[in-house]
Amino acid sequence: MEAFNLLLHGFEVLLTFDKLLLMMLGLVLGVFVGVLPGLGGPNGVAILLPLTFTMDPTSAIVMLSCIYWGALFGGAITSILFNIPGEAWSVATTFDGYPMAQRGQAAEALTAAFTSSFFGSFVAVMLITFLAPRVADFALRFGPPEFFAVYLLTFCSFVGLGKEERHKIVISMALGLLLTAIGMDTVSGQLRLTFGFNELLRGVNFLVAVIGLFGISEILLTMEESLSLRGHAAALNPRVILQVWKSVPRYWMTLLRSSAIGCWLGVTPGGAIAASFMGYNLAKRFDKDPDSYGKGRIEGVFAPETAAHAAGTSALLPMLALGIPGSGTAAILLGGMMVWGLNPGPLIFVEQKDFVWGLIASMYLGNIVGLFLVLATVPIFAAVLRVPFAAIAPMILVSCAIGAYAIQNAMFDVWMMLGFGIIGYVFKKLNYPLAPLTLALVLGNRAEDSFRLSMISSEGDLSVFFSNGLVGSITGLALLMLFWPLISAVFDKLRKKPAASAA
Amino acid sequence: MTDQAEASGGNRPAAKTRTADLVVSLLILALAVLFAWDSNRTGNEWASDGPEAGYFPFYLSVLMGAAALFGIGRVLLTKIHEGEVFVTRGQLYRVMQVFIPAVIFCIATQYLGIYVASFILTAGFMYWIGSIAAWKSVLTALIFSFAMFYIFEIAFNVIMPKGPLEAFFGY
Repeated sequence: MEAFNLLLHGFEVLLTFDKLLLMMLGLVLGVFVGVLPGLGGPNGVAILLPLTFTMDPTSAIVMLSCIYWGALFGGAITSILFNIPGEAWSVATTFDGYPMAQRGQAAEALTAAFTSSFFGSFVAVMLITFLAPRVADFALRFGPPEFFAVYLLTFCSFVGLGKEERHKIVISMALGLLLTAIGMDTVSGQLRLTFGFNELLRGVNFLVAVIGLFGISEILLTMEESLSLRGHAAALNPRVILQVWKSVPRYWMTLLRSSAIGCWLGVTPGGAIAASFMGYNLAKRFDKDPDSYGKGRIEGVFAPETAAHAAGTSALLPMLALGIPGSGTAAILLGGMMVWGLNPGPLIFVEQKDFVWGLIASMYLGNIVGLFLVLATVPIFAAVLRVPFAAIAPMILVSCAIGAYAIQNAMFDVWMMLGFGIIGYVFKKLNYPLAPLTLALVLGNRAEDSFRLSMISSEGDLSVFFSNGLVGSITGLALLMLFWPLISAVFDKLRKKPAASAA
Repeated sequence: MTDQAEASGGNRPAAKTRTADLVVSLLILALAVLFAWDSNRTGNEWASDGPEAGYFPFYLSVLMGAAALFGIGRVLLTKIHEGEVFVTRGQLYRVMQVFIPAVIFCIATQYLGIYVASFILTAGFMYWIGSIAAWKSVLTALIFSFAMFYIFEIAFNVIMPKGPLEAFFGY
């Protein structure tokens, strides 16, 4: 009940004219960013972050999170109409969404996508509303050792559960952690890894790296493919929308299953991409007629979209409650919070009530407004895709440069952004994952600080990480995650042996 | 975008995946050695109050170097990525078509300010690389640069590098 009152307070914070205006602006910008090839959730938020530097934190987070919702909605438009996923998490939507569009059912597919997006995020926001304050409350008992154990768990689960080649995940993460070490050491005040360059004293800024890694590299990749766009026309009329909405209750099982998958993978660092594929595959497996998937089944749109949005939204839960982002975009929002002078972590629920509950309220309102906004404006955004890339590329480039410069008013950062653009391009082409690098960049300093603070209090004794049940079980879980590939390989062997002897 | 690259053998490989993988691993290894050396200089011992400033970077460098060595060994000892093309000449040409203007844009920003540089970049890119009509290119670039100036300089008060042109108008 207390959560409900606080939520009402959040709506009070939110329902002012200028905040609602920023919300609409954020949603429109977000859909735009989601639709454009070469831009996406994380880079869109990173590039538009400078706009918020002079705002108060609540307005800033409302606008940025609405950009995020908008990008989540926008990704579906290109998947269905153009067979080009605007975002990695809408890849699974193309499997059945595009065949539907080819059969002339683009309107049904789009309505299904937006409706399920809305449903998925709504479930996840409810989860955040009631669970996040409890998690934060629980985490208030955390000291440096517990926090380090949680960071360790995050890093280990990336290595253990990652789909890419292990050594590339390790390189990506170690590189990110090393880059955060550049500059002044926060504990001893010593200079590290600066090699006498004054420009490196400030260290490598997380947001500069992200703009380069995602924004610039994506332009290079899009240019390389020289894609030409040919899409299906779409106009949504109210009759079709109502027809699809009437059919929604029939798919309750798919929707609920996908929401659950999404919430789980969003909170753990599995992310929206894994969630969308898993949602799709499970819907297919449980269906009576799995062969009809991929040929234009409406469930094939419902399932991945619900899961992706539930994951994208619930990724904000650990960010709010623990200061640990569950996705790339959440990591950037976290970086933004630091720029606005907030200290992410469980205390934020106590110290910054307006901020937290304003954000949560904006998740409800942003998703409702977003649903109607995209339904009404699909034809406009579909037209955006017909603008030649030669006109869009330089504009994205300029926006990236503005974003990188504005963070610390340094021209050096713009050059660094270009450098990270090359790294991102090469890494993506060689299948080095970028998510561990991003995560390491945003958490590196905090992880090291909490480790060294624990060491100072325990006088250099490592057993502090197993000193009580709480920290011990988190550390244990982290080690389990790290060695998960080994453990599951052993299990597989054990299971295969009896099967082989039986045969 | 232009047919020039395709004519001069656009599909011929400019680099193989194996080579690229090897070069990147070697660069990472070199970076790891450099970082490890510097951290060693800072101090990588375990002092009485826990690790010294160079402790974490040192062992992270070792970890990264080991992973890079694994990558190098895998390319040299196995046939992984055999015959795969990292980037073709045509692709490299197109990537350079956007990367070189980006570098010029950054240099121009330092002397002319970001708004003038963005006008030159947008108009030039649309006209020469996109082969879009001159008046459309110039008009789009003008509107875009003015919009950026208005949004950042006037509406949101974010300070950007400015050059002689803005100074002439008193900004």
